[in-house]
Amino acid sequence: MRVIDLPASLDFQTVDALFSEVVEAGGAKVLFDARHLRWVGPNGMVGLLSAGSVARDRSGEAPILELGAADNVKGYLGRMGFFQAAKGIFLAGTSFPRQPSGPSEVLLEITPITQNSDVHDVVERIQGAAGAILSNTLGYPQTSVVQFSVILSEVCQNVLEHAGAPGWVAAQSYNWSKRLGRHVVIISVADLGRGFRGSLSDEHSSRFADRWGDVTALEAAFIHGLTRFPDSGRGQGIQQIRKQVRRWDGLISVRSGTARIADVPEWFDAPPLEEGLSDFPGTQINILLPERVDHAD
Amino acid sequence: MRIEPGVEPVSIDVGLVLRRSVESLYSHLVTRPTGRAVRLAIEEQVAGSAQTALSLIDLSDVTVMDFSCADEIVAKLLMRFLDEDRPVDALFVFRGVCQSLQEPIQTVLERQELLAVAQDSDGFCELMGTRTEEEEYVWTVLEGRGRILAAEVSEVFPGSHHRDALETLVLRRVAFVPRGDRIYHALSVLVDGA
Repeated sequence: MRVIDLPASLDFQTVDALFSEVVEAGGAKVLFDARHLRWVGPNGMVGLLSAGSVARDRSGEAPILELGAADNVKGYLGRMGFFQAAKGIFLAGTSFPRQPSGPSEVLLEITPITQNSDVHDVVERIQGAAGAILSNTLGYPQTSVVQFSVILSEVCQNVLEHAGAPGWVAAQSYNWSKRLGRHVVIISVADLGRGFRGSLSDEHSSRFADRWGDVTALEAAFIHGLTRFPDSGRGQGIQQIRKQVRRWDGLISVRSGTARIADVPEWFDAPPLEEGLSDFPGTQINILLPERVDHAD
Repeated sequence: MRIEPGVEPVSIDVGLVLRRSVESLYSHLVTRPTGRAVRLAIEEQVAGSAQTALSLIDLSDVTVMDFSCADEIVAKLLMRFLDEDRPVDALFVFRGVCQSLQEPIQTVLERQELLAVAQDSDGFCELMGTRTEEEEYVWTVLEGRGRILAAEVSEVFPGSHHRDALETLVLRRVAFVPRGDRIYHALSVLVDGA
């Protein structure tokens, strides 16, 4: 059995190490040791679900997830719906909660995206919670819940339209007082589909010849709006998401295959392009929306 | 109220079409499959007109519309009836276009270089999409006057570039000239008569 240690903090960047270990594990049965996990964001959660699914599929056996004794981590995972989503993926270690957590003020629990109605359900569900968080916590205009809903809809649709496999979405707000000095909202979507390169290869690989790969595929979609569909009305989703996230001075990153591309605001330290990452299936999209700096509490 | 001869008003409540088309309680226009279903239902309704259909697409009940739905319900809908093999001649006015719908509608129109007339909740009409300065000016003048007789065009628009723009607006279906008639109508006037 391969033991994979989870880091103390699991977010859209530290999840790379997790993916790398899963890839290296090959077909071995895996135990995910999360006893030292102290913080996990939405991207960490959907990333962990992705990692568990890949480990399960490659080994033919459900991996074990061993959580620590930290009740706050287990409680938080429970409130985010992680254990419900993890059914069929992980074997519980010794420390899964026996009872599901009660209702909580989570912006959007982990939600599977497998069909069109799931996207509608997500948009319907976040209306009330998102409005309050966006205006009261982030200081965005009251109307921003509409743009937020559109972002969620478009990013979830990418799973259905391009991945060819189901995925998950989750969102939550955090007080990053130490890290950033303000609140943020994080939206994360992950799928285990064919990735950007797989989605675009048939239509676009020939024009790039030897340069075709994960980086060129990401750049083609993220920067140039290319899509596998010949319909000229397509390919706008990512562009419009980027535009709105930029307006809010946020960050958006897309990891697919061996590369990650991002629009990075000044207040965050990350490269706009990373390559040479472990070749992990599917796509992971992460959006960080910061509190407005001129927002008065 | 006077209905222009040769024009048949077709009122379409998109919220109602949404609920009927996808047989659900959805209240937001999101996802491309939903947009496609709504568009096809609208097309079927419009295609049933015996005359030029003045299609009043009512978006009053819609607060959230994503870009995929806007592409289907606005851009593709317009393109279908600009196509040479369109089922009927049709004009479109998008009603109840609140602030939150402006950006997705404008974006998809610009993407396809289309023009559309939108009416807000106060009844105020505006031109949305891709247009030249001349087209914008001519449309605004026509909108203000309501109608311009053919005999008046040279006087109202002394410059040939404006007269050309007027004809372009007719071709782009944001101004109307009935067959056999030489009166240029603003679509808002037709809407008021509907």
